[in-house]
Amino acid sequence: MLRLIAGRAGGLVARRATVALTTGSSARMASHGHEVAETMDMSRPMYWDRLDIPLPEKLYKDELTDADKSLKQKEKGPWSQLTNEEKIALYRLMFRQTYPEMKQPRSEWKTVLGGIFIFVGFTGLVVWWQRVYVYPPRPRTFDDEWRAKQLQRMLDMRVNPIEGLSAKWDYEKGQWK
Amino acid sequence: MHLPKPVMRGLLGKRLRFHLPVAFTLSLVAAIAFKYAVTEPRKQAYADFYKQYDAVKEFNAMKEAGVFESVRPSGE
Repeated sequence: MLRLIAGRAGGLVARRATVALTTGSSARMASHGHEVAETMDMSRPMYWDRLDIPLPEKLYKDELTDADKSLKQKEKGPWSQLTNEEKIALYRLMFRQTYPEMKQPRSEWKTVLGGIFIFVGFTGLVVWWQRVYVYPPRPRTFDDEWRAKQLQRMLDMRVNPIEGLSAKWDYEKGQWK
Repeated sequence: MHLPKPVMRGLLGKRLRFHLPVAFTLSLVAAIAFKYAVTEPRKQAYADFYKQYDAVKEFNAMKEAGVFESVRPSGE
């Protein structure tokens, strides 16, 4: 059961935090496998796909091939000379996902909601056990007979006779107004 | 690509110019409504209650009911 939750959480973390430090480098995101997972140096600029950060701290692709480098050189000239494919290639050099790709709906909420319900249900079981084994005996002030006598005493004392309890009781007829 | 330059200044002032009168008006309306819906009826209820209030009669009724410790019902 714990492994299932851990596996599900691990899957969530791996999917959401797919930060590509370098694409062609040898940094591998090893899960609980035989290799030690490489720690990321969080003090260096990182690339991150976020809707509210249009320009991440660094470009997506760090190591440019020769073709990429020549494309970057061409980028320094007038852009009207770039073909559409070249423009898209330049975009993909800088960014990993486009905005529509980032905004794609995911099913994460179902997992979250399911987890919430599971834990709320478990809490219900815990509360039930507490009701049976932990709670003290019921106070006698909750009995109907006691509560009736309590109400009668409150009316006798004329509690809140102007706008409250005793104002709603008809003392001549002995009933509620 | 000839977009007009967006408004860069006076944004808070513009918002306040609209929202402050609205806020003051609504607060005033809320206060007036509370006065005439709650406090005036309450004052009237108290006035009506005490117009016909006989303290001695109420005291005797409470005494007979047995709620006092200093004076017991006439039966005991």
